[in-house]
Amino acid sequence: MGVEQKLGEMGVVTARLEDMVNWGRTNAMWPMLFGLACCAIEMMSTQAAHYDASRFGMELMRPSPRQADLMIVAGRVSRKMGPVLRRLYDQMPDPKWVIAMGDCASCGGVFNNYAVVQGVDEIVPVDVYVAGCPPRPEALIDGILSLHEKVRGEKMKDWA
Amino acid sequence: MSFGVASPRSGSAKAGADTMEELTVEELRAKYGTGLDVESDENMLLSMGPQHPSTHGVLRLLLELDGETVVNLAPDIGFLHTGIEKNMEAKTYTKALVMTDRTDYLAPLSNNLVYLLALEKLLGIEAPPRAQAIRVILTELTRLNSHLVWLGTHALDLAAMSVFLYCFREREYLLDVFEMCSGQRMMTSYFRPGGVWRDVPPEFEPAVRQFLEFFPARIEDYEALLRDNPIWLERTKDVGVISADDAVDWGLTGPALRGSGVALDIRKVMPYSGYDQYEFDVPTRTEGDVYARYACRMDEMRESLRIVRQALDKLPEGPVLADDRKVVPPPRAELGRSMEAVIHHFKLWTEGFSAPEAYVYQAIESPRGEVGCYLRGNGGPKPGRVHFRTPSYVNLACLPFVARGSFVADLVAIIGSIDIVLGEIDR
Amino acid sequence: MEDWAKKHGLVLDKVEAAFPDAVLEVVDFRGERTLVVEPANVREICQFLHDDAELRYNLLEDIVADDLLPDFPRFALSYHIYSIPNNHRIRVRALVEDPDEGPETLASIWRIATWLEMEVWDLMGIRFKGNDKLRRLFMPEDWQGFPLRKDYPLGYEEVQFSFNWKAIDEKKPYARD
Repeated sequence: MGVEQKLGEMGVVTARLEDMVNWGRTNAMWPMLFGLACCAIEMMSTQAAHYDASRFGMELMRPSPRQADLMIVAGRVSRKMGPVLRRLYDQMPDPKWVIAMGDCASCGGVFNNYAVVQGVDEIVPVDVYVAGCPPRPEALIDGILSLHEKVRGEKMKDWA
Repeated sequence: MSFGVASPRSGSAKAGADTMEELTVEELRAKYGTGLDVESDENMLLSMGPQHPSTHGVLRLLLELDGETVVNLAPDIGFLHTGIEKNMEAKTYTKALVMTDRTDYLAPLSNNLVYLLALEKLLGIEAPPRAQAIRVILTELTRLNSHLVWLGTHALDLAAMSVFLYCFREREYLLDVFEMCSGQRMMTSYFRPGGVWRDVPPEFEPAVRQFLEFFPARIEDYEALLRDNPIWLERTKDVGVISADDAVDWGLTGPALRGSGVALDIRKVMPYSGYDQYEFDVPTRTEGDVYARYACRMDEMRESLRIVRQALDKLPEGPVLADDRKVVPPPRAELGRSMEAVIHHFKLWTEGFSAPEAYVYQAIESPRGEVGCYLRGNGGPKPGRVHFRTPSYVNLACLPFVARGSFVADLVAIIGSIDIVLGEIDR
Repeated sequence: MEDWAKKHGLVLDKVEAAFPDAVLEVVDFRGERTLVVEPANVREICQFLHDDAELRYNLLEDIVADDLLPDFPRFALSYHIYSIPNNHRIRVRALVEDPDEGPETLASIWRIATWLEMEVWDLMGIRFKGNDKLRRLFMPEDWQGFPLRKDYPLGYEEVQFSFNWKAIDEKKPYARD
């Protein structure tokens, strides 16, 4: 039962622009191919056949930040990496979202020391935090779905 | 440039920024030394990484290029520096264990093992035979696990996508086995001082046996995709050649060394955890190129299966933790009956155990080569100094030497073939 | 392991014959032999261990810097050297008083030494004579201090619990777009 049966012969759909745009954004959210540490391996697992992130329109990892919508900060961010991370974020076109994957990216995790930034939200604004050390692929998928929910609720007046 | 954020500490954020772009070829030469002598004076500087899909993490390479040829190369590391060695000094011996998982995150159990063997050497205790056999089985499965990720990503770098998907399919099975034992997929911390956390569940043995059943055919599948693949051969044969003498001089260990014809395997020459009871060969190749290193690792996967099968066949019965109440916590059931057990339990989990004032060095064969742990006790419950000799860090040093004169595209193959893990390089 | 004990003896005899009085102390612990020597002699002894036809210690495994604060001399350098033909490992240890006056570089013996010395310099701040490649490796370029020294703070940040959530949250520098 396709949409054409519902539409009749008119070929016209009426919907709110907000809904349409948000629907489009959630279903083709390209993450940046950017791994830092342990979590990157689980992120690769999420992409691989068993968990298959392409179910959510995310099979395309873009190595270039200019083609990406979503930054998954997968791993600990060191003081040396911080500026690089911010630059990558700045290079991404709007609209863009950030998932802090894992404890280290969310809050420093077990590494409470001189070398690790205590939470990547000191460097880039984070939309979703995923807990775990490292989080299971299911947890990352849950984070992605939470982000989708958040994006679906975005209002046009906030886009500006 | 400014980032709109408070710079984390000591102005370090700014420094990282201007080294990212302000470097010229002359400055590169002045700072990192010169490479080959070339005719052309129009060399180009290319910064590869730290965000680059084929550097296997956050490695940054400064390349001086003459056309397509790499003239000079300087690795810039530290983008994942985590301060693990320093942080371990602030934790008790047992707590410091969880840090070791996160150095080499493709082979966490190997790192657990080297730290624990060093610690057990320092304390003068030994794990019981059953625990040792379980350790052997799990570290060999970790080796397979790590080689699967290596093969998948290495093939992906050289444009063979399907190998990656197949490798990760098998990897999921192994991660399920780890999860069955410890409750965690990757960072298990399953090995503990004096043995392992608890005995393996009854499902463990059938699961591993099933793996042994189907995995040899899967290795054949991977090889069928690559061995006779002309693109693969073209990209790997005679690329990144390193001779045996150079390999030893550059301190290479593991498959990178064995690919050059030196049969050094710590499991053979200095057996630990009862590796001397098992029969296995050390695969070597003499060509010393990328293909030789690939072939060594593929053969090594088969040898690992042999070891696992033998260890599983003669898995001894008995306890899995040493009988030393100063180091090993008493069984839960005893806490209700014995005052002494309660005292030991309390002391262990509040203060920890103390190690003598001495230093030891223990080396084991990790998937990437010799990983060593230098451990100094200071008489207290926290280590005086922990240092890891990590194979990735040492193996990376030969990269400028090997890659000079090759093409940029071959550089990707060479990086893949020495199999670096950035978490282990930067620690 | 009797085999190892024999090799322990051999290396000590050879070194003592070649460099009388150079070995200050011999430490044996759990089957590992350590030769404690003066920093000034490290290079010569390593050269001898590497070149001698019978010993042939051809693999430099690791250089470990250790901060022994509050002891004096404060720094200890341990060179783990392995002989592939003989299957034997020996540790050469030197106590360094002044971090700016470290031992000579071993780059002329093993090429890997430069790289290992760079790590020691970056994290522990011990300078090796003749190694001109020492630079910040792990830490950002303008980083002050050497993190692995005992007098360098770990850099602990207070952990956020529900009772102090607000106080920390107010101070935390959140990033903006």
